[in-house]
Amino acid sequence: MEIEVLRHDIVIVGGGGAGLRAAIAVAEADPSVSIGMVSKVYPMRSHTVSAEGGAAAVARDDDDFEMHGYDTVKGSDFLGDQDVIQYFVQEAPKELALLEHWGCPWSRNEDGTVATRAFGGMSTKRTWFATDKVGFHMLHALFQHSMRFDQIVRYDEQFVTKLLVDGNTIRGVAALDIREGVMRLVLGRAVVLATGGGGKAFPFTTNGNIKTGDGMALAYRAGVALKDMEFVQYHPTGLPGTGILITEAARGEGGYLRNADGERFLVERDYGVGTKAELGPRDMISRAIIQEIEAGRAVTQGDWGEHVYLDLTHLGEEKIQSRIPMVRELSKLYVGVDPVHDPIPIRPVVHYMMGGIDTDIEGGTSIDGLYAAGECASVSLNGANRLGSNSLTECLVFGARSGRKALEFARGASEGDESSLRSEGANEAGRVDALRAKTSGTEKISGLRRALNDTMESGCGVYREEVQIQASVDTVQEIKRRFEDVEIQDHSKVFNTELISVLELSNMIDISEALTSCAVVRKESRGAHTRRDFPNRDDQNFLHHSLCHFDSTGPKVSTKPVTLGKWEPEERKY
Amino acid sequence: MSDPPKKTFVITRFDPDVDEVPKTQSYEIAVDPDWKVLDAVNYIKDEVDGTLSHRWSCRMAVCGSCGMMVNGEPRLTCKDSVSQYGDTVEITPLSNFPVIRDLVVEMDGFMDKFKKVKPWIIRAKELAAEDGPVRQSPEELEEFKQFSMCINCMLCYSACPVVSNEPEFLGPAAIALGHRYNVDSRDEGASERNAIFRGEGTVFSCSFANECSEVCPKNVDPAAAVNQAKFNAVIDWATGLVLPSGEKE
Repeated sequence: MEIEVLRHDIVIVGGGGAGLRAAIAVAEADPSVSIGMVSKVYPMRSHTVSAEGGAAAVARDDDDFEMHGYDTVKGSDFLGDQDVIQYFVQEAPKELALLEHWGCPWSRNEDGTVATRAFGGMSTKRTWFATDKVGFHMLHALFQHSMRFDQIVRYDEQFVTKLLVDGNTIRGVAALDIREGVMRLVLGRAVVLATGGGGKAFPFTTNGNIKTGDGMALAYRAGVALKDMEFVQYHPTGLPGTGILITEAARGEGGYLRNADGERFLVERDYGVGTKAELGPRDMISRAIIQEIEAGRAVTQGDWGEHVYLDLTHLGEEKIQSRIPMVRELSKLYVGVDPVHDPIPIRPVVHYMMGGIDTDIEGGTSIDGLYAAGECASVSLNGANRLGSNSLTECLVFGARSGRKALEFARGASEGDESSLRSEGANEAGRVDALRAKTSGTEKISGLRRALNDTMESGCGVYREEVQIQASVDTVQEIKRRFEDVEIQDHSKVFNTELISVLELSNMIDISEALTSCAVVRKESRGAHTRRDFPNRDDQNFLHHSLCHFDSTGPKVSTKPVTLGKWEPEERKY
Repeated sequence: MSDPPKKTFVITRFDPDVDEVPKTQSYEIAVDPDWKVLDAVNYIKDEVDGTLSHRWSCRMAVCGSCGMMVNGEPRLTCKDSVSQYGDTVEITPLSNFPVIRDLVVEMDGFMDKFKKVKPWIIRAKELAAEDGPVRQSPEELEEFKQFSMCINCMLCYSACPVVSNEPEFLGPAAIALGHRYNVDSRDEGASERNAIFRGEGTVFSCSFANECSEVCPKNVDPAAAVNQAKFNAVIDWATGLVLPSGEKE
């Protein structure tokens, strides 16, 4: 059967912060360019919506680019690329000003200037905020602003299953229309991936159901390396049970972490955060909480397991309500605690992937015309540990840059041979149709997902060691084999969410393969990758990025130099 | 420990390729008292019947995906505790929307209504990034803040008696959004939006039922927005008779 072909100059996959910013950048640069935005959800459902605490950019007189740059380099445990970081800090204030012009309701000082708050690992107040619903407000401002541009054509609820690559040049994507159940080709002369991270590979995560590493897996299977995948950020304060995020802004506004004995353990014991205490970087605080748990100073309560407390009771109702109202709303709703009166139970939770699609400073990948931005990319801003509030800004800075670069590329690019793309598309449509029609499987989707989640947590948790990581490497391969026998109950075409779950599971398995493969060979502790068997950072042997290439015989791990600059690696102590 | 309580979920099923009309299917499952209604639906999807289709993502009441009718009321199911309901819980797709499949409703019409109110900042002179942020006092922010909290969950459209009779009605969320920009001190597009609001099927179609504000899971109070928008649209028209440009003071 003939597959339907749609054409745009530029195709953007994903409609969250980075994808929308890329689309707007292209639309503003050249109104004659047509943009196809393909997203598996309506854009305002994208996970950017769940970000809470803020977006970082120099705003105050007591701050400068040098300080934001150094904080980010140090936070990255010297694995961030310093050229990328310098570009980022300079662009950040301009991007947040644009969001202001586009209607984002930034919280204000009395004089009408934008208010900023303290955040972990940042040496001064540089986190812009709109109470504690910053991702929500940024996403809605971006989406609503994007509606001005008729040349941005949206394909909502369409799931990309394959990148179309001809030689080493991108030609577009194959996508399943979830509502109709049909496959189409969306062709373009450049493609930007902005699909977010893959936290749902883990059992306990702040991430929404849609965070399944789709773009990372698409690029990986197309031959692009995934970079620094072993670095997974555990946010210190997730609600037990659900993993719902309680923002770092709660500590930025003065909240304390306490153990079962009521001690402020970050002050009582040396966890490397010094006088920063609760405003230390996330990797260090998550480790501190796990150590408190292991030392028997945590609380154990029913299904919630072991946890410590985030105490806001000294802040007072007025401050909580005006600065962090969502913290109160979420605590009441999901753990039945009003933080005005009682401490919130919390524990470290998988939050963010520093790793992702290997890109250069312009978002470019090893495939000509293919770009990536936001959490799905690893532009090497975050290195081994991201500082809170840098990632929303990252979506804007590098979303815009990759969009502009994609436009530049598209202007000089040719169109592919449509007949061969059609035949490739027909093959892909056949693969997806066969999967949907499959009646032979015996492996339940939920069972495979649970097996994957369990092994990722046991091998790639806050603390890791050889035996468990190797077990995860092996288990992921075993799950990959079992996946061949996955059971599909739903064979219908219209809005078949089970088929989507299967495709998502396959993506999570592939990125987990890269993640575990990189984790096992990095025999040092750096940032969020903490090895009990190699407790120190080892610049002699490991001051480099990890790359993982897909190969039919198994993942191939290699290295890539870090771009250093004015800041030489030094001991990371606060 | 006693066995966890069981509840029966009676869920609307509809696959347009097979069914002429929607039918219902019952699922009896053990429920954790801490569950939200969404957790129960997800459990059924994962462990009992993989053919059930519904939308969800954030499970923290901010992405707006998981609106459904629970015992006849529009609810955000990730926010709606399962233990408040009796032994039988009826779940149907959001009212006043065409159904695509099972609990999934068609929302393109809803999205089109948003675009109609020009939900973006309109200024006579565009600003550049280098101009930096515009000042806005905390009081000016307060004017529109509440109306900027809408998560587009569509519950208000399910509750609205006007939408049910007049599907083309712009509706609570879209009007609240247009109003949100009209009362933002940084915006200069109120006269354009007020002209839209004075057209057919917008603010003057509202019957003051207030159902929208009662079901809103984020306390946006769209009914208040509609009332204010109505008033402003009239004032704007009257002022326009005197000041032809209808400009903002």
